[in-house]
Amino acid sequence: MRPGFGEQLIAEGDVEVPEEERALIEEFRRQLDRGMWAAVPMTRTDGRREAEMVRTFGEIPRDTPRVIFFPRAAGGSVR
Amino acid sequence: MIVALSATAIVVLALLWEVSMPWIDRRLDARRARRELRRAGDRAGAYDPGRERRAEQRARELLKSCVNDEEWAMYRDLGFLRVWGGQSDPDAPGDLRGIDYAYLIYPHKPIVAYLPQTGRLLNEYCVEFPDETRPYGSPRLPDSDDVLAKWMMLQGDERRIISEANLHLPGRQLDPRQIQRDLWRLGRWERERMARSARAGAGQLAEPADG
Repeated sequence: MRPGFGEQLIAEGDVEVPEEERALIEEFRRQLDRGMWAAVPMTRTDGRREAEMVRTFGEIPRDTPRVIFFPRAAGGSVR
Repeated sequence: MIVALSATAIVVLALLWEVSMPWIDRRLDARRARRELRRAGDRAGAYDPGRERRAEQRARELLKSCVNDEEWAMYRDLGFLRVWGGQSDPDAPGDLRGIDYAYLIYPHKPIVAYLPQTGRLLNEYCVEFPDETRPYGSPRLPDSDDVLAKWMMLQGDERRIISEANLHLPGRQLDPRQIQRDLWRLGRWERERMARSARAGAGQLAEPADG
């Protein structure tokens, strides 16, 4: 997610292909180094939608179709 | 001799100063004008209504793909989302153990915690997701992305977002009367939705009998 742009595809690949997985790991780390947070939207077996925050690439379920990066939360100010 | 040469040099310098002043003035004016133009150009690049609208459209699609149908309809119809608090579990730690509570998520406004059974407002949690790289001059996410970020945080790590947020009593930024009106609208919206699905269910049951 980016201001003025919304959703932006930053990387895609198949985790079962070693080179692509390496590229995805690299991009994941780069985003976290930039100060972004990562979340995985999920659908439970009962159909309920939820999200899981992930801090390492290993925490991402292997079959997840996408990971969403968004800027780190900060305490808001009174307007 | 030296005095005469010095006097001549001073006169020459004075004449050169007189001649070059208008030229220097013109150059400074041109530079100032270029800077103004550049600033105007930056301002135009900072806000483009078309781009902002497209960004919001993309953000709405992303939100729709992440939340469930009811939540999406709620946001589309009412302009906010309700998320149930995750610590209502009787075995969960915390002050609200065993008590149902929920949050209202508004775009670019504080998250409001409340008790659905009584409608009592608990707190406002002010939280932002600023992108300091300011890719388009602003650090603000599109409205629906802001809502989705709050939704994901409340779903995935409620404690973390609550601890990052600035906590205020209700009424600090949002008018409690407006929140109460929104809760009333939400209640009415849910009743209508339930009535619609009950009618649809009854229609489906009636069909085989008709046929």
